[in-house]
Amino acid sequence: MSVQTAASAPQAKLNPNGAGAAAVLAAGIGSLAIVVFAIAADKAAPIKSLMNFYKPTGPLSGVTTCAIVIWLAAWALLHWRWSWRNVEAGRITVVAFILLFLSLLLTFPPIADLL
Amino acid sequence: MEISVRGLWTMIHGMGFGALYLMACSGALVELYRRYSSPLGPEIRIEDEWFMQIYLTAMAVLAWLTVLTGAYIIYPWYRAVPPPGNASLAEFPQRLLMSSPSTSAWHSVGMEWKEHVAWLVPISITMAAAVFSRYRRSLRIHPELRAAVLAFVWVSLLAAGIAGFFGAMLNKNAPVAGGPTITIITGGQK
Repeated sequence: MSVQTAASAPQAKLNPNGAGAAAVLAAGIGSLAIVVFAIAADKAAPIKSLMNFYKPTGPLSGVTTCAIVIWLAAWALLHWRWSWRNVEAGRITVVAFILLFLSLLLTFPPIADLL
Repeated sequence: MEISVRGLWTMIHGMGFGALYLMACSGALVELYRRYSSPLGPEIRIEDEWFMQIYLTAMAVLAWLTVLTGAYIIYPWYRAVPPPGNASLAEFPQRLLMSSPSTSAWHSVGMEWKEHVAWLVPISITMAAAVFSRYRRSLRIHPELRAAVLAFVWVSLLAAGIAGFFGAMLNKNAPVAGGPTITIITGGQK
């Protein structure tokens, strides 16, 4: 195990974890963005009307489009900042997973309705 | 033997893209565990890396096809509003479900959950495919990224399962039907 760790240190420098961490955190942010837009559209009529990008699909079209834009923008920004260096991937992964878990919970209507 | 165009699209969305994604997901989880369960595991061949990269990318394509056909082809038929004076709700699934207290929760909980939770799937699996494609075998030296990929693929399986379950139950209680009919086989008369 120690041999593996010692050998992997230079490899980690050659292929830093920043790009991966950026993708992971952006996925967490994108997931939460879906919930945030969905709840906002559900609670406020003006936002619901704003989210109506494609009438046959209704507000879902705007909710998901906006969330995807936020996700891709976050990914691009974080990638630009982190891709060439090593970051604290452990902490970032935990934050991303908390965001994803919150998203999963808040998509359940009885829980979202509590807000 | 006939099927309506709307029924066919619903089948392509759920039994085609969605079910295929669920099956592929279990395969991906097994393969990711097998490769990275031990830091001193067997050497991974380049062909295996290519296979896994293509596999995860195909899963991401499937996930996007599932949510896009769902949201932009089937959902408009599901939520269509019947014209005034229309007595039959057979071609208006959302209204049909909401017309009875015994079925309304299929919409207010089932569809409301499904239409949002499903979008976690393409985001998660696209991330997993991108991270795997960038790091491949060097994921072994990035345990945090490896754990993240696995966790997000697990959550994508759960989210796809929820969406798939409610999709099947909604279609059982109020099928998306109507539109032109396609005759598959003409049966003989008895």
